[in-house]
Amino acid sequence: MSDKKSLASTSAHEEEHDYASGLAVVAADAVTNPGMEPHRERMTDKSVKHEKTAARQVAAFFIASILGSIYSIYAYFAFPLTEELGTVRNNTLFLGLGITLGLLGIGIGAVHWAKTLMPDAEVSEARHQTRGTEEVRARAIEIIKLAENESGFTRRKLIRRSLYGALALFPLPAIFFFGDMNPNKDPQELLRHTLWKKGTRLTKDPNGLPIKATDVTIGSVFHVIPEGLTELHHGKLEEKAKAAVLLVRLDPADLKESAERKSWSYDGIVAYSKICTHVGCPVALYEQHTHHLLCPCHQSTFDVTDECKVVFGPASRPLPQLPITVDAEGYLVAQSDFTEPVGPSFWER
Amino acid sequence: MAFIKRNANGSRRSPFAAVLVIAAGLALTGGGYAATTAAVASTQPVSAAASAAQTEEGRKLFLANCASCHGKAAEGSTVAPSLIGVGAASVDFQVGTGRMPGQSSGPQLEKKPVQFTEEQTAALAAYVASLAPGPATPTEAMVATNGDSTRGGELFRINCAMCHNAVGAGGALTQGKFAPALKGVTEKHIYEAMVTGPQNMPVFNDANLTPQDKKDIITYLKFVESNPSAGGYELANLGPVVEGLFTWIFILGFIIAITIWLGAKSN
Repeated sequence: MSDKKSLASTSAHEEEHDYASGLAVVAADAVTNPGMEPHRERMTDKSVKHEKTAARQVAAFFIASILGSIYSIYAYFAFPLTEELGTVRNNTLFLGLGITLGLLGIGIGAVHWAKTLMPDAEVSEARHQTRGTEEVRARAIEIIKLAENESGFTRRKLIRRSLYGALALFPLPAIFFFGDMNPNKDPQELLRHTLWKKGTRLTKDPNGLPIKATDVTIGSVFHVIPEGLTELHHGKLEEKAKAAVLLVRLDPADLKESAERKSWSYDGIVAYSKICTHVGCPVALYEQHTHHLLCPCHQSTFDVTDECKVVFGPASRPLPQLPITVDAEGYLVAQSDFTEPVGPSFWER
Repeated sequence: MAFIKRNANGSRRSPFAAVLVIAAGLALTGGGYAATTAAVASTQPVSAAASAAQTEEGRKLFLANCASCHGKAAEGSTVAPSLIGVGAASVDFQVGTGRMPGQSSGPQLEKKPVQFTEEQTAALAAYVASLAPGPATPTEAMVATNGDSTRGGELFRINCAMCHNAVGAGGALTQGKFAPALKGVTEKHIYEAMVTGPQNMPVFNDANLTPQDKKDIITYLKFVESNPSAGGYELANLGPVVEGLFTWIFILGFIIAITIWLGAKSN
């Protein structure tokens, strides 16, 4: 309705000035003020009986709150925390229920009180003028000028300019502090290198025992950490997060290896980074029959037979392969570090 | 505000508890005779070396129930793998949990009512074990739950939790396959699953997880099963999906209801 009205009122205007229709149509007052709704009496306004009921209800909520608060104190003693882990469950449950009742009772009671018993007639109050009077404005300008004059901010050039200098240099130390938060001089170095190097033995997570090639039977999965990781004193988790490897043995006939990677596996045993190339979750859900590795976070699926290429999901690169071989004693060792950075892609890879 | 009160043991008392107690009592007294006679019949020690008669009995059962898919000499076919060398542990797991004999093809074979008696299962296991050496069924001491549950928990989180969930609630795999929940699975079957790697589960041989490691893992799983969750209701232990859904439907619903009540005029 209001749309039609605004069109009608502007059409005369358009003819007069020959405006293009449909652009910048300004309606004088598109929405008319509907005014205040008529006041409707509540049951509590009309009958004393209802009023008394409502008053009792409000009081009941407040009394419920009192009981709730007392109950929470009782629950604190009645459901104590003991050595048994399960006790925390009843303790938090009943303590929480008591406190909830204590708070909710006050809140619901107060709202119910306001809605049923306090006057509900609507009133409108006009907004104040926001602009100050000419007198007040003139006085404010006078004060600013006086302050400027007394401080001599404009007059005393040396003070003003040295203050500008001080303010400009004050954030500089922060740049050095933040610079120190970079754990490595070159962050790329950090992402490109892991604990693996030529001859590092593949060991079991978490005990760090070396793995013999003969231990890895077909269909086996070993969760592998590099030798020496368990002895690290600093940055153990950071190193583990980069170096974690999944070791799987397949029938060598199942493996589809490119010529340059033929020597990276040992008799069907392959080792791949466990860190997803999508956002870095541990990819460890290995299906023995399909030879698929599934990442639990976003369902990226990698084909272990085909150099861990992505067969499904949001990951964009295959999992990096760790070239392995066996040493003189028959233990599995790395031939080198990973040949590409592990984990999610970053700016310069 | 409805919550279930728990008794001292933390278990729920169902209204059917009395009926169940009576039924259990009847089964105990009535079945007692049958059980004792059966126990007398099978008093010979369960040893790794099965008797020739048992193996022969197993061969007959195999030919009648398994050979149509697995082949007359357990050599396998296009629809079923060879069973030569899978060992008694594999047979005991597959037949003992009802997964075998398979009923229909699908993403994976699921647990169903067990089709054979314990003696028949043992006979089948003995026959398959006689074909070629393979993992044997664990002894009772190997699966006793007196290991180190803390150590077992760590091993479980490293080796198993990615598929089976941190407390063994199970989880989804690809294309309809799933890692089953481990609650209620017997200690022996958990052990056998680790040794043999049924279906898509990888194998965890004794070099990877030593018998002590396996025992600790079983101890951990049974500890989790017998202790109530400290954090309140588990909501199937499935993590953020279920918890999020609960929050969205119930908590948000409650907040919306309160908001509507706040804004509504009193009658």
